[in-house]
Amino acid sequence: MSKLINGGVKLLNNTLGWIDDRFPLTKTWNEHLAQYYAPKNFNFWYYFGSLALLVLVIQFVTGIWLTMYYKPSAEHAFASVEYIMRDVEWGWWIRYMHSTGASAFFIVIYLHMFRALLYGSYKRPRELLWLTGMFIYLILMAEAFFGYLLPWGQMSYWGAQVIISLFSAIPFIGPELAEWIRGDYVVSDVTLNRFFSFHVIAVPLVLCGLVGLHIFALHEVGSNNPDGVEIKKYKDANGVPLDGIPFHPYYTVKDIVGVVVFLIFFCLVVFFNPEMGGYFLEHANFIPADPLKTPEHIAPVWYFTPFYAILRAVPDKLGGVIAMGASTLIFMALPWIDRSPVKSIRYRGWKYRTALTMFVISFVVLGWLGMQVATPNVTLASRIFTVIYFLFFLLMPFYTANDTDKPVPDRVT
Amino acid sequence: MERIIFLFVIALLWPLTGSATSSDPSVYKADVDITDKASLQRGARIFVNYCMGCHSASYMRYNRMGDDLGIEESILQSNLMFGTEKSGDTMTIAMQKEDAEKFFGIAAPDLSVIARSRGADWLFTYFMTFYRDDSRPFGVNNLAFKDVAMPHVLWELQGIQKPVFKIIEREDGTQQEVIDHLELETPGLLDSDGYQNTVNDLVNFLVYVGEPAQIQRRNVGVIVILYLLVLLVIVYLLKKEYWKDIH
Repeated sequence: MSKLINGGVKLLNNTLGWIDDRFPLTKTWNEHLAQYYAPKNFNFWYYFGSLALLVLVIQFVTGIWLTMYYKPSAEHAFASVEYIMRDVEWGWWIRYMHSTGASAFFIVIYLHMFRALLYGSYKRPRELLWLTGMFIYLILMAEAFFGYLLPWGQMSYWGAQVIISLFSAIPFIGPELAEWIRGDYVVSDVTLNRFFSFHVIAVPLVLCGLVGLHIFALHEVGSNNPDGVEIKKYKDANGVPLDGIPFHPYYTVKDIVGVVVFLIFFCLVVFFNPEMGGYFLEHANFIPADPLKTPEHIAPVWYFTPFYAILRAVPDKLGGVIAMGASTLIFMALPWIDRSPVKSIRYRGWKYRTALTMFVISFVVLGWLGMQVATPNVTLASRIFTVIYFLFFLLMPFYTANDTDKPVPDRVT
Repeated sequence: MERIIFLFVIALLWPLTGSATSSDPSVYKADVDITDKASLQRGARIFVNYCMGCHSASYMRYNRMGDDLGIEESILQSNLMFGTEKSGDTMTIAMQKEDAEKFFGIAAPDLSVIARSRGADWLFTYFMTFYRDDSRPFGVNNLAFKDVAMPHVLWELQGIQKPVFKIIEREDGTQQEVIDHLELETPGLLDSDGYQNTVNDLVNFLVYVGEPAQIQRRNVGVIVILYLLVLLVIVYLLKKEYWKDIH
């Protein structure tokens, strides 16, 4: 018996050796998992990177199955979604996984980004890590936008109509540009087909590439941690960081716990509340798209509403578009406008703490305001919180330069 | 401080707990229970007899309805299927869209997912609040759906309601006559409770038609969650075992 096992192990080793001579299998495994040293003090906020990857896989797999049954045509799209919900075996499950996955993606990504704000993960030497992450976020927004047209409900249709018409605010080329994007004078079958193409091929391809870059960048500079200290400063005789532990097995087993907890919440939504009270699946989207009937109240899905509130807060259309664009792009400046010598919120002074708190409040409130019908009060509140939102970034070089920072320990605590 | 920030993030999720239809004017609350097969069967009967003259449910198949509601094929064929012989067909109608537009000014919408766009409470309120309005083409208007093109199809069951007005003073001092409540003018075949029960059965059925898989969905969900909870214990113990030497 033991002879048999020894023989088997030998065969495996030989095979591995044969592969390693031709392809860096063991090397890659070690570099990115078994000998990739991560700080040992990761907390709650460090689950969301691996969870984002999980949601990406969920979206890919469910998306592939949805594509098998979905019909990208103005005439059949709405009906084909109901066909998936009713006649395709387990189709409802696949579809709810995908629709819940879209919202889950943004929840996970927002928490992942917030973690970077908490612990200064965007600061030197992780500027490129932050930028690739920001590109992922922008591409994800495009992916969500294209995908939202596909069910061809009233909100799909009019949401796309509103967003595309924003391009017409651009001087000189605006109207032609909007028409070029739509491929028609209004959102139509042509638009649906190209959005389908972007949603299932072009954007996911870019997304995959960017996720690869993001992980490569991360594994080059190493993970930040809740103390914001560089673990590579103190290494043992073998060059292993003293406060580092191999990602595999320590963080693989830990992340699996995070995955199961996440899946419990995810499945509670998928199986018991897939509409999430109209936030994940909007009620008005169960009415087929009607180009002749504008809904009374057009609101984007919750993950876009902070930016939608900023768009509506500016009285001028072009100004609103610029403000909305700036509100997402301005995150990219963080590594250069944050002048604090300290990374982690644990050792930052009251100024950054106050600023971050105000920013989170304004982001949440803007998200709520973006769902409301635009009354004068809503517009006024949107303007106030839009100003706070931007001040967080615009004043950052000043309040981070002379904050009451505390001394940072040498090693992780 | 971290706790406070954590609370803000939780606060970020708070809108997810409520309902997005904040301005829902529904005054009646539907008592939806799609595990109540008797209620769903009564609702199906109302639907095919009263609604399907003009409204289709063209994503719903008769045999699926029969299976889910526990209706035998022969009863399904003789009592619920008037437009087709094949039980695998969807619940379509004979009325042409062009004709409907001529009759009512607008084609009657398909009702497959009406409960998902309108909500059960709105539908219940809609069926309860038809009232006599001689200025309308069919002599009725509706509190939930102003100037609706649909006649009060269930009038023989409910009877005819008339509006009772009251005078309110507007902010600028002028007075306005508004409907205070509705009063039964001509009784119908059913008393008030009987009609409400009937409407509830119909709404219940429409909720079922909106998503026939929902019973299956919840049943599978219970098993999935139980499985994940057990798995959580196992993976947590695994994590603890691996991490016991990390300090």
